[in-house]
Amino acid sequence: MKWLSQNYPQVVDLFLTHLALSVPAIVASLLIAVPLGWSAQHGRGLRGPVLVGVGLLYAIPSLPLFIIVPVLIGTPLRSSSTMIVVLTVYGVAVLVRSAADAFASVPAATLDAAAAVGHTRWSSFWRVELPLAGPVLLAGVRVITVSTVSLVSVGAVIGIQSLGTLFTDGFQRGIRFEVLTGIVLIVALAVLLDGLVVLAGRLLMPWTRRSAGIRGSRRRGGPGRRGDSGRVLAEPQLAGAAQPEGASR
Amino acid sequence: MNLFLDAWRWLATGSNWTGDGGAATRLVEHLLVSGLVVGIAAIIAVPLGVLVGHTGRGRTAVVLAASAARAVPTLGLLTLVALATGIGLTGPVVALVVLAVPSLLAGAYAGVESVDRVTIDAARAVGMTEAQVVRRVELPLAAPLLVGGLRSATLQVVATSTLAAYTADVGLGRLLFAGLKAREYDVMLASALLVVALALVLEGLLALLQRLVTPRTAAPAEHARPARNAHPSSTVAEKSPTERTS
Repeated sequence: MKWLSQNYPQVVDLFLTHLALSVPAIVASLLIAVPLGWSAQHGRGLRGPVLVGVGLLYAIPSLPLFIIVPVLIGTPLRSSSTMIVVLTVYGVAVLVRSAADAFASVPAATLDAAAAVGHTRWSSFWRVELPLAGPVLLAGVRVITVSTVSLVSVGAVIGIQSLGTLFTDGFQRGIRFEVLTGIVLIVALAVLLDGLVVLAGRLLMPWTRRSAGIRGSRRRGGPGRRGDSGRVLAEPQLAGAAQPEGASR
Repeated sequence: MNLFLDAWRWLATGSNWTGDGGAATRLVEHLLVSGLVVGIAAIIAVPLGVLVGHTGRGRTAVVLAASAARAVPTLGLLTLVALATGIGLTGPVVALVVLAVPSLLAGAYAGVESVDRVTIDAARAVGMTEAQVVRRVELPLAAPLLVGGLRSATLQVVATSTLAAYTADVGLGRLLFAGLKAREYDVMLASALLVVALALVLEGLLALLQRLVTPRTAAPAEHARPARNAHPSSTVAEKSPTERTS
């Protein structure tokens, strides 16, 4: 506690730095992953290669990537640009799959109907396809929001300042409370940003608000291939009904 | 690009591989620690996950554990445990097991959960005991997702073992940090590339294993999908469908 009262200006500083590294990476991941996921879904024969590609990208451990990225793109080793690029790589690796699944969840018949009433492909994307893919996409954004915030801290071992600095500093000086503070603040930041993402989702997709209370089950219904809303709504009841049966076994 | 050449030269120099702190020793250490951790985690998580999947009890806890684990920063956990246990192998092993358990747990649970209820009822109808249902019906059908959990756990452990070198004298991460400290970019880059290669090789092998354990008769893409997506959080959910679509 004494440590915190003496160091809180620095902690606040690191918190803001951490935020400033996370948010651009999350936004950039979304901007890159949506077109990629869309092409993976619609391009003939693209889905397999794209998904395998992002799978391999995801398999690369983060610490080596902090070393390799600067050599590849010429950013300084200990810089926020290196950090944001690395975070974006992982964000894209996860989000492309979500985006592909999200677009797969939009029924082809709906897109045909949109074309039939006169939507161009462009306007059909913005006004029909993207909104319908929204809930599944949102679930993906929530996943990368939390993992990005957590991943930022790894940069501390090579000297990129963030809340992770509390881990390296706390470890070197043997202050357990400092490390603990870092963990708590990172989890808090993740929860905060996740909450903001959910809020943004509700504002952008007001029609999902009614079922906001069953978000967990919603996601399970989301990628159902046929995308019939009846199935999505029926899911929670099914899940509830399965419970007593399972318990009686 | 010149740095990549330097790194390659470092890797191609035999004397960098031999000796006490050589790359070969570090590589073996890395594999041993990762194997030990995944083994311990599997002993804890797989039976528990199968139990949860079979009985349907405690699934909320499993889903919560899986998503909470994603939020906890690995470096924080590593340093915290290292401060508690002191310098040595115990710290990283404990921290890594904690990190590996949720993926394995989610994989085992999701696998068993994804088995069609009708199939299980049929197994009971032909007179199988509960133990037989688990061993001869649920486990074989759960295998792809179970191995998917193993795959993401292994991946995470191999990656985080590199980070563990920050608190313990073990694994390829040691070389990376040594290079960082001495400002020897070739050593740093060479060890980084080694870790990446190791991760990709293991990923490939486990993907192959996952394909091998997928029952040929089942075409589970349709009915297994919702159950998998019940854990949007777990890497299992994100990775497993790769094998089906590619």
